[in-house]
Amino acid sequence: MSKKDDDLDYETTGHEWDGIKEYNKPLPRWWLWTFYACIVWGVLYSIAYPAWPGIKEATPGLLGFSTRAQVAEDIARFEDANAGINAQLASVELTEIAQDADLNQYAQNAGGAVFRTWCAQCHGSGAAGAKGYPNLLDDDWLWGGDIEAIHTTIAHGIRNEEDADARWSEMPAFGDMLAEEEISQVVNYVMSLSGEPQDASMVAAGETVFLDNCAACHMDDGTGDRWQGAPNLTDAIWLYGGDYATLTETVTYSRFGVMPPWTDRLSEAEIRAVATYVHGLGGGEAPVE
Amino acid sequence: MGILDKHKLIETNATLLLILSFLVVTIGGLVQIVPLFYLENTIEEVDGMRPYTPLELAGRDVYLREGCYVCHSQMIRPMRDEVERYGHYSLAAESMYDHPFQWGSKRTGPDLARVGGRYSDDWHVDHLRDPQSVVPESVMPKYGYLEAKLLKGEHIGDLMATNAFVGVPYTSEMIEAAKQDFRAQADPDSDFDGLLERYGEAVNVRNFDGQPGVSEADALIAYLQMLGTLVDFSTFTPDASR
Repeated sequence: MSKKDDDLDYETTGHEWDGIKEYNKPLPRWWLWTFYACIVWGVLYSIAYPAWPGIKEATPGLLGFSTRAQVAEDIARFEDANAGINAQLASVELTEIAQDADLNQYAQNAGGAVFRTWCAQCHGSGAAGAKGYPNLLDDDWLWGGDIEAIHTTIAHGIRNEEDADARWSEMPAFGDMLAEEEISQVVNYVMSLSGEPQDASMVAAGETVFLDNCAACHMDDGTGDRWQGAPNLTDAIWLYGGDYATLTETVTYSRFGVMPPWTDRLSEAEIRAVATYVHGLGGGEAPVE
Repeated sequence: MGILDKHKLIETNATLLLILSFLVVTIGGLVQIVPLFYLENTIEEVDGMRPYTPLELAGRDVYLREGCYVCHSQMIRPMRDEVERYGHYSLAAESMYDHPFQWGSKRTGPDLARVGGRYSDDWHVDHLRDPQSVVPESVMPKYGYLEAKLLKGEHIGDLMATNAFVGVPYTSEMIEAAKQDFRAQADPDSDFDGLLERYGEAVNVRNFDGQPGVSEADALIAYLQMLGTLVDFSTFTPDASR
């Protein structure tokens, strides 16, 4: 097709439009061969991997690859690698995890990963909590801070409807039961419990209101009751806030903190790992005999 | 005359070139797209899928309007790290009633395909009002105004009819009861038996935002709380060969 043009020293393609001639400038050979190699690779790839549509299904490919099988294999590889220690973690007594150095180290690390994935959104990535979401670093526990209690809380959650074994209690909204004056008195009394100086007459009146209405759950001395998740009111640690306005809101409308159950989403080993991690954050208590 | 010589005919005839180019693109498109509608290994029947309830559908509309999809994907890819973080990888069937689907392509925030039930309603309220109050490192904007905007559900029946038109199996009974179901789902004191009968026992009936009236926050939280919860993976095992 190409021919030497007499007027020029260059080879042309022989194409000519309105007296304009086209030089023959072929693609570099390396480029051309790479291009052909890609076509060959494409054909081989479509034979090796799922590709061509047929009547009922696409060709599965000679290598039998599927993304789902691959992810299952990936997950299984890690599960197999940890199967021994996970089985041990899921079967030993909860209180024994801390006794076994290797098991404890594994549980702490695995639990930390679980915590950062599933728990940090409410309790904070450093476990310091937020308003309405308990701080897990301190010694103040609503439902108990030994490993068994923490495990139960994580497994079944709090005040959720999904799990029949969820921890459950409900503070009444006292706005319907007490007069505004009485609420103000009892708030003054509650604030005085943690040492905030208050009007003495309001505190005295508030004590009566407290003993009549609140002591059944929060106890006569205001130290709370973990069986009912009733907070200790004397320790100056507040979940929603300890100022007058917030406490008035709490007493008037009550609170209803919810935690989801994790038994369906996490394995027993993962729940035990994260329980160990939370227990080890600083506030963990020794088992109750 | 070789076939390459005939190429001159195409090169010198713009209309013919256009027609032939169109033909090539059409064939390519047909080969790639059409099989997806009939191949057995691209269509998977999955138990548990149901159309959105009217309230969830309204919440989905809020999700679209606010552009949540710009930062949040709804597709857990089949990779170990994603499955470990978000739960079972997403199935195509889980988006079968989405028009359009919300898979997304960018994650500034986390994937939401299985966010349902992961947090409490209160958490969602706190988080929509002020995301940094619960997740200090978050860059999400505040959406507190959703609580203030009350919905009457006037157009929800029309929206369902439109969805039915493009293939979502809403029955005429569902569309007729749309407004009633819309209100019932956000009010646990209402008579919601009809809602459960039409959409299944697992439908969440709660006052999602904890305040009177059906707000946009109610709708959005109802939508978020059902995301990814319809398929029960304890009883359903996806075909591994796909």
